[in-house]
Amino acid sequence: MNTIEVIKNWIDKESEVLDLGCGDGEILNILSKELGSTVLGVEINQDDINKCIQSGLNVIHQNIDEGLENFSDNSFDIVIMSQTIQVLKEPKKALQEVTRIGNESIVTIPNFGYWTTRINLLLSGKMPVTGTLPSSWHDTDNIHLCTIKDFENLCSECEIDVIEKCFFNKFGKESVLAKVAPNLFATTAMYKISK
Amino acid sequence: MSDSIGKVQAQKVTLEGKFELECGQSFNDIELVYETYGALNADATNAILICHALSGNHHAAGKYENEEKPGWWDSLIGPGKAVDTNKFFVVCPNNIGGCHGSLGPSSINHDTGDYYGPDFPIITVRDWVNSQAKLSDSLGIEKWHAVMGGSLGGMQALEWSYLFPKRIKKAGIIAAASKLSAQNIAFNEVARQAILNDPDFEGGRYLDKSKYPKQGLKLARMVGHITYLSEEAMRSKFGRELKKEKLNFGYDAEFEIESYLRYQGDVFSESFDANTYLLMTKILDYFDPASNFEGKLVNAFESIEAQLLVVSFSTDWRFAPERSKEIVNALIEAKKNVSYLEIDSPHGHDSFLFANEDYVKGLSAFLEN
Repeated sequence: MNTIEVIKNWIDKESEVLDLGCGDGEILNILSKELGSTVLGVEINQDDINKCIQSGLNVIHQNIDEGLENFSDNSFDIVIMSQTIQVLKEPKKALQEVTRIGNESIVTIPNFGYWTTRINLLLSGKMPVTGTLPSSWHDTDNIHLCTIKDFENLCSECEIDVIEKCFFNKFGKESVLAKVAPNLFATTAMYKISK
Repeated sequence: MSDSIGKVQAQKVTLEGKFELECGQSFNDIELVYETYGALNADATNAILICHALSGNHHAAGKYENEEKPGWWDSLIGPGKAVDTNKFFVVCPNNIGGCHGSLGPSSINHDTGDYYGPDFPIITVRDWVNSQAKLSDSLGIEKWHAVMGGSLGGMQALEWSYLFPKRIKKAGIIAAASKLSAQNIAFNEVARQAILNDPDFEGGRYLDKSKYPKQGLKLARMVGHITYLSEEAMRSKFGRELKKEKLNFGYDAEFEIESYLRYQGDVFSESFDANTYLLMTKILDYFDPASNFEGKLVNAFESIEAQLLVVSFSTDWRFAPERSKEIVNALIEAKKNVSYLEIDSPHGHDSFLFANEDYVKGLSAFLEN
């Protein structure tokens, strides 16, 4: 399964879903069409916002780094934060906010512990530039990269329960290797969490 | 391709029957002038109502015969524009209380044979929306595809969404707020005092006495105009530029900004009615939908069914983005269909009048999705 298929499996039909950093609304469109979810996106990029509006999605122009106080506690069944936490100024605070707003949350991270990333750094002595992390250190939006271990440690530090997890290889698919040794062989990790 | 709608003409309608106002008074009939652009489709599902702001009127787009200046929202309404008249039938009325042909303080009161003047009742945003609903009936429009407006116009669009939830599919609430702040009311009060204290105001009966409180209205507009522009826009447009090469050590208009404000005030005071201006500021001050719901905006929004788009502008300090977000947050809490756009624009509150690219794209995406 790919990431979207797993997300669909993890969400009940007709749930209320908030996607923080929803981009052009790809995930929300699928959830709304296929699962009858009631959806809301938060995005900061104007072009992406317009694409969301064009496809009939509700989207709020908001900078997550400036806070999410406008969303009340447990106001959504599911809060999604996909490939976003690593670009935020305060990932820990964001993680706490995500679990405050959603009854359950789905967070996807790029895994900096992936074996090519490690080898890349070890051999070249430079910050890795890979398929999932394509920008150089100085112009990347990914200012808070972490490994799978780091993320899980942060969750337990914040007393956040991991309900489900799923690991994907560089093709965005689940694989045996990624399952056996995710911190080495998964490029992307997805968690269903709650507090 | 976007183009002008071309030559337009105003129309007039008398909406018959008793029209009750929120203040308790009533009119027997109300006369409204309005303009329309584009064509209404067979099942009347493509109509968009445009609500004007404080100094606006029904002339939103196109040009009158022998006039160069287009309508106030011509940048956004026309073939291929944000509000595309190739697709939509656009209606813009002059609200009651106005001074451009609709029933207002400068109309004759048929009961007395005199101008209404200061006796014109204080009306509200709700009264306006009710009168617009009557206009919709007369045009055969059961449900608007969208109701939209900027500033005070946005407040009308918001009012529509909870007052007539079944009669509106979308609401565009642009550069608006859910109520005026103390600072907003303060500016309005200065404007009112300027008019009320003009010796030619004559207690509002200036028309009967063939006088006109031009100075007061001019001052009111100058104060208002300052709040429509951003500090940044004023600095880049005027800075400290002088009209002449050096200081004159006197009180004539020496800086460009002084002369600009005086000019704006002069033009406005020659084309607007002072009693209408007073009334408009009051309508703004009174708007506060949460007041009927113990201050809880979220409860005021309970009945909303429409899809809403709230738009704010980065340099607007009259109704700043934070004010728009109050509306948005209450709509989110009420679990309504809302989208919010904050447009980066240097033009302050007036930004809603300009065809900024992101703004145009957002609006047309919203109207056409």
